[in-house]
Amino acid sequence: MIQRIRTIALHTFKESVREKVLYNLIIFALLLIGSAVLFASISLGIERIMLINLGLSSIAVFGLLMAIFIGIGLVSKEIDRRTIHNILSKPVRRFEFIIGKYLGLLLTLVVNTTIMTGGFYIALYYVQRHLAGEDALLLETIYFIFLQFAIVVGLALFFSCISTPILSAFFTFCLYVAGNFLADIRWFGRESGSVIFEKVTALLYYILPNFSNFQVISQSAHGKAVPSYMLTAGSLYALLYVTIVISASILIFEEREF
Amino acid sequence: MLAIEIIELTKDYGVGFWRKRPRRALERLSLEVEAGEVFGLLGPNGAGKTTTLKILLGLVFPTVGTARLFERDAHDISAHQKVGYLPENPSFYDRLTAKEFMTYAASLFGLSDKARSCRITLLLEQVGLSDSVNLPIRKFSKGMIQRLGIAQALINDPDLIFLDEPMSGLDPVGRREVRNIILQLKEKGKTIFFSTHILSDAETLCDRVAILDHGRLQGCGELREILEMGLSNTEIVLEKPSPDTIVALESFASSVVRTGDRVRLELRAGSDLAKVLAQIVRCNAKLISLNPVRMSLEDYFMERVGNSDGLSSRRGATAGMESRRNE
Repeated sequence: MIQRIRTIALHTFKESVREKVLYNLIIFALLLIGSAVLFASISLGIERIMLINLGLSSIAVFGLLMAIFIGIGLVSKEIDRRTIHNILSKPVRRFEFIIGKYLGLLLTLVVNTTIMTGGFYIALYYVQRHLAGEDALLLETIYFIFLQFAIVVGLALFFSCISTPILSAFFTFCLYVAGNFLADIRWFGRESGSVIFEKVTALLYYILPNFSNFQVISQSAHGKAVPSYMLTAGSLYALLYVTIVISASILIFEEREF
Repeated sequence: MLAIEIIELTKDYGVGFWRKRPRRALERLSLEVEAGEVFGLLGPNGAGKTTTLKILLGLVFPTVGTARLFERDAHDISAHQKVGYLPENPSFYDRLTAKEFMTYAASLFGLSDKARSCRITLLLEQVGLSDSVNLPIRKFSKGMIQRLGIAQALINDPDLIFLDEPMSGLDPVGRREVRNIILQLKEKGKTIFFSTHILSDAETLCDRVAILDHGRLQGCGELREILEMGLSNTEIVLEKPSPDTIVALESFASSVVRTGDRVRLELRAGSDLAKVLAQIVRCNAKLISLNPVRMSLEDYFMERVGNSDGLSSRRGATAGMESRRNE
């Protein structure tokens, strides 16, 4: 089982890293990180804050685009192109296929995030002329960004099992946006005065992925480390959410006919 | 030992926006294929051939009935360990090379590195792709993809091979090569189950055939038996016969076809051949040939499908055969 999941994951990785659009996105991300140097140079006294804010936001945005762009095609493309017939006719369980696909894309994002992180640290070194110990703490922020990617890929995979790539992209993006404003949505529900609306928004608050848990870029830019309880809680939350989403994807996929 | 056992298989697909209207793709299909047989599943487009294959491969769930491979449920993946499958119009991963894709397929069967490497080299050579090992699949022609499909179907040295329209997209040379591969596999005692609407392929390769139309089994039997069913008809070819000769012979013939200087007459079943020959001598016509007409699989197919329920199936069958003629 492990061997088959590994094979599918490695193959997914091989396929994904050869996507030309992926290279374009990485180049754009690196260009944006590079341009952060320019903005930092005209921001007297707050060069570092400016660079960290822009650089890490670039990693978050482009990583998100990559996660959605590749994630939505993970399963639907296999179904459309009927490559899935070939794979599932072999001794491969359907859940092995889904887990392998997910891990393959996650591996792709690890590599891409590592490249973008490399670019970011080069830019940081260029601005500061040195790298200090506190700069290493930024890796925690990047880890938090990566946890968001892990959830987004899970969502994209889930929608990819039930919908077309375009709709999958739309739903995933909507959930990402909604997940960033869950606290506001809940507050809005409380203030509305409607019991039903309050209950609906409360339900959404608990069901939808709460991406605001992972928003630590500004905090890091001001030199504040991510508290260890947040690191643990964030990791467990992402793990739990991904497990639920992947399990739901597997349940749907087990019933699908090709 | 039975390689394939299909018992009372029925499949309904849901159609419409809510998929509530059922469309029956297979109706109480029962079939048995012995190990070592080459079995052809024939039928016009939409007859239920691919649905049958997909159920056997666990890609589609039956509404009612059972499908077994080597006495195991078709959805039990351990049954797939010794199964190879070539899908209809196969499509593979564009960005991988042929070797990478074959490695992927081999890894899913758990082949060791050494066995994998030997098998890949051997198979790619066997299907004539040894020069394209490192070429990305997106640069492959349709015929090359079909060959790659056959190679990957054999990667695990399967005992049972499912081929869905294996000759489609191949040129005459490629078709002959695939035929030879199938015959080689047969010699090795492999079971081959293939669906096709190209009847000459089935005629050349199959030990037994089943004919499907509108999801129903129209006939199943050993090819020999089917083909020996209609040995009684006789065909006569005459060169430059006079109009009087043709008029004289017309009463014996079920069909008269003129092609250039020659006229081909197919005699009615039970016609007295001695009288016909005497008539030809009397008219002083030049006899080119006199042959017993064997019922072809095409005739059998048309007879079965044509009898099932009329025009739509006849059209499908004709379309299938026309596509064969065009190839």
